[in-house]
Amino acid sequence: MSTQSNGHGSNGNGNKQIVEAVSADSEVGSAVSGRVAPPPGQLKKADFVSDQEVRWCPGCGDYAILNNVQKVMPDLGISREKMVFVSGIGCSSRFPYYMNTYGFHSIHGRAPAIATGIKCANPELSVWVITGDGDALSIGGNHFIHAIRRNLDLNYILFNNRIYGLTKGQYSPTSEFGKKTKSTPAGTIDYPVNPLSLAIASESTFVARSIDIDVKHLGQMVEAAAKHKGISFIEVYQNCNIFNDGAFDSFAERTVRPDRVLYLEHGKPMVFGKNRDKGIRMNGALPEIVTIGENGITENDLLVHDIYLKDPSVAFMLARMEQPEFPQPVGIFRAVERPTYEEMMEDQIEAAIAKSGPGSLERLINAGETWVVE
Amino acid sequence: MSTVIEPPVTGVEKNVEEVETVTIRFAGDSGDGMQLTGTQFTNTSAVVGNDISTLPDFPAEIRAPAGSLPGVSGFQLNFSSQDIKTPGDQPNVLVAMNPAALKVNLPDLEEGGTLIVNTDGFTPENLRYANYASNPLEDNSLAGYRVHKLPISTLNMNALKGNVELSRKEIDRCKNFFALGVLYWLYDRPMETTLNWIHHKFAKNPEIGKANEIALKTGYNFADTTEVFTTHYTVKKAKIAPGKYRKLTGNEATAIGFIAASQLSGRPLFYGSYPITPASDILHELSRHKSFGVKTFQAEDEIAAVCAAIGASFAGQIGLTGTSGPGVALKQEAIGLAVMTELPLVIVNVQRGGPSTGLPTKTEQADLFQAVWGRNGECPAIVVAPSTPADCFHMAIEAVRLAFKYMCPVFYLSDGYLANGAEPWSIPAIDDLPKIEVKFATDPATFMPYARDPETLARPYALPGTPGLEHRIGGIEKQHITGNVNYDPENHHLMVKLRQEKIDRAVNDIPPVEVMGENSGKVLVLGWGSTYGSITSAVEKMRREGKSVSSAHLRHLNPFPKNLGDVLRSFETVIVPEMNLGQLCTMIRAKYLVDAVPFSKVKGRPFQIREIVRKVEEYL
Repeated sequence: MSTQSNGHGSNGNGNKQIVEAVSADSEVGSAVSGRVAPPPGQLKKADFVSDQEVRWCPGCGDYAILNNVQKVMPDLGISREKMVFVSGIGCSSRFPYYMNTYGFHSIHGRAPAIATGIKCANPELSVWVITGDGDALSIGGNHFIHAIRRNLDLNYILFNNRIYGLTKGQYSPTSEFGKKTKSTPAGTIDYPVNPLSLAIASESTFVARSIDIDVKHLGQMVEAAAKHKGISFIEVYQNCNIFNDGAFDSFAERTVRPDRVLYLEHGKPMVFGKNRDKGIRMNGALPEIVTIGENGITENDLLVHDIYLKDPSVAFMLARMEQPEFPQPVGIFRAVERPTYEEMMEDQIEAAIAKSGPGSLERLINAGETWVVE
Repeated sequence: MSTVIEPPVTGVEKNVEEVETVTIRFAGDSGDGMQLTGTQFTNTSAVVGNDISTLPDFPAEIRAPAGSLPGVSGFQLNFSSQDIKTPGDQPNVLVAMNPAALKVNLPDLEEGGTLIVNTDGFTPENLRYANYASNPLEDNSLAGYRVHKLPISTLNMNALKGNVELSRKEIDRCKNFFALGVLYWLYDRPMETTLNWIHHKFAKNPEIGKANEIALKTGYNFADTTEVFTTHYTVKKAKIAPGKYRKLTGNEATAIGFIAASQLSGRPLFYGSYPITPASDILHELSRHKSFGVKTFQAEDEIAAVCAAIGASFAGQIGLTGTSGPGVALKQEAIGLAVMTELPLVIVNVQRGGPSTGLPTKTEQADLFQAVWGRNGECPAIVVAPSTPADCFHMAIEAVRLAFKYMCPVFYLSDGYLANGAEPWSIPAIDDLPKIEVKFATDPATFMPYARDPETLARPYALPGTPGLEHRIGGIEKQHITGNVNYDPENHHLMVKLRQEKIDRAVNDIPPVEVMGENSGKVLVLGWGSTYGSITSAVEKMRREGKSVSSAHLRHLNPFPKNLGDVLRSFETVIVPEMNLGQLCTMIRAKYLVDAVPFSKVKGRPFQIREIVRKVEEYL
């Protein structure tokens, strides 16, 4: 049939199957037709749960993150219809289908760019980018850097499971050096990238990290990200129980967590340990672990966390601290103010209008030198 | 300064001769300001009422080594008292600022044509750079031309030295205005338009403005008062359709066309783009018009540019992205996403020589297949193409109209020749422009993301922010009507057909192709895009000679106009001139089973009228 073979087809006559399909539109049930959500103050978690069956593997860390985000949403004071979740490709990128908000499951790596267009076009929307380590840092690495440096008011959650799950188990840009995977039977020779280092180097105004199974902390981070004006970047350590099971167990597992995870809290000294007796102190230009009470060390000797430091050096240093040399830091690394891209874009438009009045098509087409032919 | 610019009148008697059409080419180093000189001559000629058509031709290198052959920059202008449609096959006049410019451009100059050379540029070093064994100004090799040897650099230096506080280098940069002054006298042009431009342009740098003004006026007076030229020429106002006109390049027309589309639809314009020759001027132009609410986004790459445009479309603005062929190659996956999500999107491709980096500053039409078929899967999009610089304005509006009405990507195929070429534009009345209706879904009780308009098959446009219409779209196949993720084989087959049928139905919304000349006969010359001027001029010329030739020009390339098959079958031979290896020709052969003849020219230059005439004559 010509329609199929050459791309210009039936000159608008349609065919039977299509005519029948289109005329049947009105008879299809209203299972997915929307209902207007209650106002922000009365929203509940259930209002954010879509009717779609969640299709992640049983036991996936993504469930915990989804559950948390849905739980936090009613507390943000934002109308449901103003929320947009944008994702790329990968397991985590199915996320928008499960949120009963506006959603856009886009193409691999490009979610930040799509979100940029949405936010610029309508700054009143609350726009969320959901991405994974491969999506954000490999195929979408360029957009990661540039969306962050522009400081659009986006909430950017990276699910880091250090593996390619949807393609069944190849190494990712965050996989540990030497990791044996399906595509690297002799071990990777790729040195991994640290997402927080890259976010800070890209001038992110809000940087945080959490762990999928640390439900309460994750909720706090999501809420703080939503409230930050400007780009809010959260890395979430997320377990892939099929292809990289236990990737974070060495510090995230409940029994070892107190000794191996450092919870960063603004204005507080950096203390950790089951007995709250370990701390981080600066030794010259580098951090070191000390024990409170030994050699006369008190909490006063410890580094006090300040998320508002304009200079990103300390945040960067914290982002470089890793197990097993250091406790793995989680929490808000930095939260600084800078005008947002979309605000400045609107400001330039307002300034242009203030200067010369709203654009007139009549003036535009008659601009420059004109002449009349009689 | 008056002593310099008004030399004593010598009383030389000069003849004035009227001519109909003149083609001038200005050529020099890429740093010699030839594009500016040509543009100034064009503006002045337009304002005095001549019809005009231009062909800027510049190298990809910003400043190739001075005096070298690759560094030659040219600007060809055709101006006339008649209705003209091309920049002219052959220059009648060549202005050559150095030996390289002479070497590159002399083969194009008509026999017996006028040659104005800057003798100061003919240094031994420059002659060597241009591979001249002997000085062509002295070895009688230019005997077939009317040669005017002017020491332009020296004359310019003498005129300015001591009169302006500028370095020798800065003074030397004004020599193009001296040459322009000479040409203004030679073709009886007023200097006001250029003087106004100088005053405006150099308002913050009055010394340079003053120098350019002196150079221009001195050049003019030099030509008037010395015995170098005995005749000057007038070209009367053109007999073109009455109306108010301005001069416009294709890229300018494209930019203001999209602003007009924004005003006509009431939807703000969002332009995502990454700088690329020859499309960047659209970004520059749009970024100047913020008072229309235009949002321009210079993205980190081509992919981000189109993705941001898609995001803006999703949120209710006109999502527009612009680039050239290599950029489209990068954007194709995202364009497929817009096909799948059925969002409006317009992709401007200012085509240039390819493949790969190709000929960045030269024109070509080889991206038609890329627009129609260049994506994975069955992935149809509407394709339109403007035919002249001024037509860019109207086709920009058309692209936006179709994108909203059919909720789909629309390709807009311009090219380097249209983009940089200029012609007079008959300014339309705003009331005569089409209205663009954009409908949004608002009713939660009836909303289905992939329900369809029974006439157009467009799906509803539901903007984030609309209460009760929360829904998810994406690149995975969707279930008919509900828009849920769906892998069912029957559903996929239906959706593939629906997406194609939707594009096919746009045929009901586009005008039939018009035939210039008889509706049947021996030869039909079928074209698309920027070949319009050459094809139409050639066919008009042959028809005046009584030959059985007609022409038709396509502005809609997917779908084709409804009557195209009937038109093609009404002629013994269909010839399709294209600046590619026969892409449109292949498409019409496949669709209409007509034995059309391709006529290819892929040289980075537009067709000459005579080339088309010669080809058509083979079939008469």
